[in-house]
Amino acid sequence: MTTYFAGNYDVAVIGAGHAGIEAALASARLGCKTAIFTINMDAVGNCPCNPSIGGTAKGHLVREIDALGGEMGKTADECFLQSRMLNRGKGPAVHSLRAQIDRRKYSDTMKHKLELQKNLELRQAEITEIQKSEHGYTLTTRMLAVYECKAVIIATGTYLGGRIFVGEVSYESGPDGIFPATELGKSLKNLELPLRRFKTGTPARVLKSSIDFSELEVQKGDEPPQPFSYETENLGENKVDCHISWTNENTKQVIIENIHRSPLYAGRIEGVGPRYCPSFEDKIMRFKDKPRHQLFIEPCGLGTEEMYLQGMSSSLPEEVQLKFYHTIKGLEHCVIMRPAYAIEYDCVDPLAMNATLEFKDFPNLYGAGQFNGSSGYEEAAAQGLVAGINAALKVLGKEQVVFTRDNSYIGTLVDDLVTKGASEPYRMMTSRSEYRLVLRQDNADERLTPLGYEIGLISEERYNKFLKKQEQKKTEIKRLKSTVISPTEEVNNILVSRETSEITTGVRLIDLLKRPQLGYEELKTVDTNRPQLDPNIFEQVEIEIKYEGYIQKQLKQVEQMRKLESKLLPKIFDYREIKGLRLEAQEKLNKIKPLNIGQASRISGVSPADISVLLIWLAQNK
Amino acid sequence: MSEKTIAAISTAQGEGGIGVIRISGENALEIADKIFKNINNKKITEMKGYTAAFGKICHNCEEIDEAVALVFRAPHSYTGEDVVELSCHGGIYLTKQVLRAALSAGAYPAQAGEFTKRAFLNGKIDLTEAEAVIDLISAKSKSAARAALFVKDGALRRKIDSVKNDLLSITAHLSAWADYPEEDISEVTDDMIIDACKSSILTLEKLLSSYDSGQAVKQGIDTVIAGKPNVGKSTLMNLLSGCEKSIVTDIPGTTRDIVEDTVLVGDVILRLSDTAGLRETEDAVEKIGVDRARKRLSQCGLLLAVFDNSRELDGEDRVLLDSAKDVPSIAIINKTDLEQRLDISYISNNISKIVYISAVNGEGHEELVKAVEEIAGTASLNPSEGILSNERQRLAVSNALSSVEEAQNALSLGMTFDAVTVSLEDAISELLELTGEKTSDEVIDRVFHNFCVGK
Repeated sequence: MTTYFAGNYDVAVIGAGHAGIEAALASARLGCKTAIFTINMDAVGNCPCNPSIGGTAKGHLVREIDALGGEMGKTADECFLQSRMLNRGKGPAVHSLRAQIDRRKYSDTMKHKLELQKNLELRQAEITEIQKSEHGYTLTTRMLAVYECKAVIIATGTYLGGRIFVGEVSYESGPDGIFPATELGKSLKNLELPLRRFKTGTPARVLKSSIDFSELEVQKGDEPPQPFSYETENLGENKVDCHISWTNENTKQVIIENIHRSPLYAGRIEGVGPRYCPSFEDKIMRFKDKPRHQLFIEPCGLGTEEMYLQGMSSSLPEEVQLKFYHTIKGLEHCVIMRPAYAIEYDCVDPLAMNATLEFKDFPNLYGAGQFNGSSGYEEAAAQGLVAGINAALKVLGKEQVVFTRDNSYIGTLVDDLVTKGASEPYRMMTSRSEYRLVLRQDNADERLTPLGYEIGLISEERYNKFLKKQEQKKTEIKRLKSTVISPTEEVNNILVSRETSEITTGVRLIDLLKRPQLGYEELKTVDTNRPQLDPNIFEQVEIEIKYEGYIQKQLKQVEQMRKLESKLLPKIFDYREIKGLRLEAQEKLNKIKPLNIGQASRISGVSPADISVLLIWLAQNK
Repeated sequence: MSEKTIAAISTAQGEGGIGVIRISGENALEIADKIFKNINNKKITEMKGYTAAFGKICHNCEEIDEAVALVFRAPHSYTGEDVVELSCHGGIYLTKQVLRAALSAGAYPAQAGEFTKRAFLNGKIDLTEAEAVIDLISAKSKSAARAALFVKDGALRRKIDSVKNDLLSITAHLSAWADYPEEDISEVTDDMIIDACKSSILTLEKLLSSYDSGQAVKQGIDTVIAGKPNVGKSTLMNLLSGCEKSIVTDIPGTTRDIVEDTVLVGDVILRLSDTAGLRETEDAVEKIGVDRARKRLSQCGLLLAVFDNSRELDGEDRVLLDSAKDVPSIAIINKTDLEQRLDISYISNNISKIVYISAVNGEGHEELVKAVEEIAGTASLNPSEGILSNERQRLAVSNALSSVEEAQNALSLGMTFDAVTVSLEDAISELLELTGEKTSDEVIDRVFHNFCVGK
């Protein structure tokens, strides 16, 4: 068969899911001639699982992507149906925004943005082969087009070697009935990338008119809803409601009677599934004492009657799915439009990558998203942005960027992947960050927008707007320090009603705001000279005042970690040569090749004594 | 890591004329200032390198000892960092007290070989010596591994694990509740956290107090024998120690200086000081002895106040009874072989533990042993309960304790759970460090294990 030469590109992205999109946009926006390949043009930015963006810790990621000039937050805002700030009342560190989105609209919007982007070419093509070439990599498509690329980003999601399982039925497939990528895996194996199988799953979509909502609990959006993007000015109104229902003893009974028909329990799936994202049958079998489980019924869009059953992922046969869904209140007569399924796919051991998401042994080859062992749209988009930025910087001959545990959840996610590896699909959680009170969703712009500007993804206009906001914030804090509130009856009435002690002398506004019981809202009637500001400024100021002690504490820890991270380790070195390191430490260090002492100290199996030995060795070889 | 200021006893542990506590690191001078009061009020931070000052070591507002502070400024010191060396009187008890004061002022206990390691890292030692440092550290890591193994099955490990598990359950619950708000995970209530904090605080406090008892077993209690002249202190001391160390005569005032001896009383090591009497005196030499005795008395870990059964209470006895209020004391009624003239009820109003002995006949020895063991806490000290065995362990437990207390305070102030979690996680990480585990993912593993969360 005869191939044909299809062009030279700076950066090529394989896959146009959430990772691929951010990677391609970042690369093109930084001025690199970029190509992005999708197996199916109608699957760009597809949401094959839940019709929502954000959630705990994931909402942080979306805000961070936006603060760096990424696209996910803006598009989610454009396609939002309902939005809620989760965890209100549990503290600012864990506040997380989550939005239901119109999934077709999201996909179309993203596709259109790719089409309009300068320097970017969107192609429907399955990449079947990747080979090292003189100046980078050669990609060949199923249609025998040959692309010469300086850098390549693999973002194949669940398509790579994808196989679907529904009960006894199993077949090669990507998500939503789209072709899988069957050939590329062989090519990657030839390159000797450390591939492995992971598994995930999704619940059924059911017909809205077959659901009886009359007795279900309604879940409404926030009023007013908040946007993800710092640039979104008019988000509009919530457009839909979600509903909550519960499983019961009968549901459990159906599962237990049919568990032998689950491909996982019958041993037909070899891939490792996530603990945090188990199928419903997993939940039943692992937590047998739990009498009932909650599920959310979420609309998939305005132009469709498909409803998503969050919490009801399954790989049991279709007839069993129908049976157990029918035991649930409101779903007694539900009609399944798309059955639930489990999907198994090839992904790579992320320990083979640097924190830039470039493969250690393959210069200019990057990975992002589910291919790197993560799970979730937001985790994928975050890595796509990192890989896209770095591939572009590398091609442009500039220094690459490493996101850190102390500047972002993005950095925490990447560091976890490349330092600790992923023994199961990795999901972001707030508990993964040790600096939660510093890395809040409200201050993502403060943490990352200057970096985004420096990289070149934030426009001059947006940056100036950001600087102005920072200035206003400073002025507001100054005002709080200099404004004294007198002990009037009105003030003390407020204090008493909030169950905090009365004041007898004038007290600075800042000191009142320090009290956990008081906020801007409570003090608005007595704070008469309050300026008109972006509500986000008030939010940030209040949190910084209230949590100052804790934030300082975490910043101190950050400082210590930074000192360790400033001690760089050589990239190419055999750790067996260092006398005094324990064998396990030598092996781990050789495998992971940490960039610095800080990263080395996070590797399990490297002890504090090993770190001492490394420090001495470093000093010796200065 | 190497940025922390460290401290350790630099002289050989045991009896010696002087003991040196070395503090090294960025904050060495500030830390020394917190515990060292210069006699001429000049601060150590204001002193030049290679200079010395005389003053007192204080901890929690109490004087521990007199000391000479030697100041070295970076890079002109052994480690190349700012260093303060405090030379105090020797002996395990005193030097440990000084070290403990330094640690609570912000220093970290130095690891084996750490001063040398820093000396190397700062270019104070040449390359050939570096190999030796590596050997030292890797040898240390091997012995630490052995020690950790030993600790693994031990009672201490079980104690620590139980606290750690309590705290982990709470943080895992908090984190499941925060990370999966849409799952039906039961709400975490203030009471649940307070309960976990309370029981953790109790266990940690118990461990800390066991440290002192454990130290009493291992290193001995600084014990003063006091009483008016010729009451029989020296005889008692000789009875306890089994050898004549003091000059024993019938002439009042013959014991003029503090004489030390270490004896084993039951399970407890007592480091005895036989003091001069507390009477007013014109004799210049004796006066010095009396002053020292008073001072020693106010600082000791155990006072054996000796009274003469055959004489009536006098002013000097009352002075002694008065000072006994502030220190753990046992009243020793001596010369029970003679006729009683002593007002025992007056004594028992001031000192609850009374032991009757006749030093001459050797009577009352068993009662004395029992009383000493009770006071030292060794009578209730059960090794199967777990005992902290060194300063590093004590510091970790003490830090964990203050973090848990901080969490409790934050909660009562009305702070949100994310702030409370910061303190709880600090406590857990202290405990994990103590048991030699280094698993930052403990909480997350717990979440997946205990909570049904999913899509």
